[in-house]
Amino acid sequence: MRRIASNFMVGLMLGAVVVAVLPLVFILGDLLVKGAGSLSWSFFTRLPAPAGQSGGGVANAIVGTLIIVGVASLIGLPVGIGAGIFCAEYSGSRLAWLTRFVADVLNGVPSIVVGVFAWTWIVARQKHFSALAGSVALAMLMIPMVLRTTEEMIKLVPRSLREAALALGYPRWRTTLQIVVRTTLPGIVTGSLLAVARIAGETAPLLFTALGSQFFTTDVTQPMAALPLTVFTYATGPYEEWHRFAWGAALVLILVVLALSLLARLATRQRFDLNG
Amino acid sequence: MTPLTTSALPSPVPAASLTTTSEPPRLRTDKLTAMYGKSTAVSGVTLGFPANQVHALIGPSGCGKSTFLRCLNRTHELSDGGWITGRVLLDEEDVYDARVSAMVLRRRIGMVFQRPTPFPTMSVYDNVAAGLRAGVRLRRGETDEIVERALRQAALWDEVKDRLRGSAMALSGGQQQRLCIARTIAPAPEVVLLDEPTSALDPQGTQRIEEVVVELKGDFTIVIVTHNMQQAARTSDTTTFFYLGTMVETGATRQIFTAPRNEQTEAYITGRFG
Repeated sequence: MRRIASNFMVGLMLGAVVVAVLPLVFILGDLLVKGAGSLSWSFFTRLPAPAGQSGGGVANAIVGTLIIVGVASLIGLPVGIGAGIFCAEYSGSRLAWLTRFVADVLNGVPSIVVGVFAWTWIVARQKHFSALAGSVALAMLMIPMVLRTTEEMIKLVPRSLREAALALGYPRWRTTLQIVVRTTLPGIVTGSLLAVARIAGETAPLLFTALGSQFFTTDVTQPMAALPLTVFTYATGPYEEWHRFAWGAALVLILVVLALSLLARLATRQRFDLNG
Repeated sequence: MTPLTTSALPSPVPAASLTTTSEPPRLRTDKLTAMYGKSTAVSGVTLGFPANQVHALIGPSGCGKSTFLRCLNRTHELSDGGWITGRVLLDEEDVYDARVSAMVLRRRIGMVFQRPTPFPTMSVYDNVAAGLRAGVRLRRGETDEIVERALRQAALWDEVKDRLRGSAMALSGGQQQRLCIARTIAPAPEVVLLDEPTSALDPQGTQRIEEVVVELKGDFTIVIVTHNMQQAARTSDTTTFFYLGTMVETGATRQIFTAPRNEQTEAYITGRFG
């Protein structure tokens, strides 16, 4: 009887695993089947062809995604990591409590709301769309994620390590930076990479900010193309050619995110064992 | 005033072998009371630690001996709600004086903890040099010299001299603890505090640490908290027995273990409680 119950539960769990993994397999499989066909040299190097014509590529969107996500990381990572260190080090203070609370609320805000916010405060005031506005919107999504992972990582550092440094006559700031943060750096890097991967695929915040563009530009004050926008525009367009492009762009996007996740995994694996 | 006399003793008796010097003790406390918020962990301890001796603090768990130790280098104030009344004097200077920097003080009173705490991201060499780098800048050659000397004093040099650049986490538990001792003594503190330094080690590792502790008293004043009465008997010159946050008895180690004056002390060292 006990064995039957045990087998039944194991069966249930296996079922859950299958249900959890299947969509991922289907998504990847579908993308590969439908997207791989459009991947070619020109797909990576050419600009989009005018509507109705065939050929062309998404070079501007690939570069655009790198720039927008890069600038977003430049804004979001220092702020998120810095605030995370603060929350962990001064975890008892009111300000830390408030910061944590705001971060948790921000974490739950739908990304499209963040996009509208960036539109109101940047695009509407400057009266034109820009990649920078997109980066700011993405940074706002990043900060609470990075903040919380940084804080949790730092809390894993044993108290004894901190005390050992203080007992050697280290000032508090050096204890924090040179001992605590350095010890947990791989964890912070992992959290940061996962946040980057997460925002790289965001579409909604870019719709009202970076807008998208048919042209190649590296000027962050101008509208700029990005892979998620390309997928969105082309997938909802009327042409068969465009749909194939959307599949290709989606595949490239997934590969970029996958690469970032793998990097994050690698960083975690090389992590020092804190307990000896 | 003779060292090691105390108001808590029924009849203050100077420990015979310790009265040869009329100098004040290197480190002493004056009616030291340690609190966590509103609860008292140590109450009114007046105790002196003459230079170049090993002083053992013994007593059952929760008797306040570790808290007392942590007051001496102001690490108690790092604990949540930790505060004190009374005084701690290093060379007759109050370490809790507002003008004294806790950071500078901790470079003069080093501490080794219960569990080995090597810095995980640092090499063996950098761990030993870590404390040096908290103070004045040294030239490369000087640092090398001090690191080697500290490792030799901690009886670790021969085991790690070929892997100074390797991770400190690759060492065994006993080696890590000796590394922590080397790290503590490298900046040449006057006093070394050891908080149950062998409680996480096997008998062999324990023995090595005890040998090192006895060696070190030539250069430092040592205060060691231990659960292990044999350890106190083997390594220390004076022993102080704590119970329920108060100091019950203090004296020469031989006297405490052979002719304790207090019933509780006797009951504890003969293993009847604790």
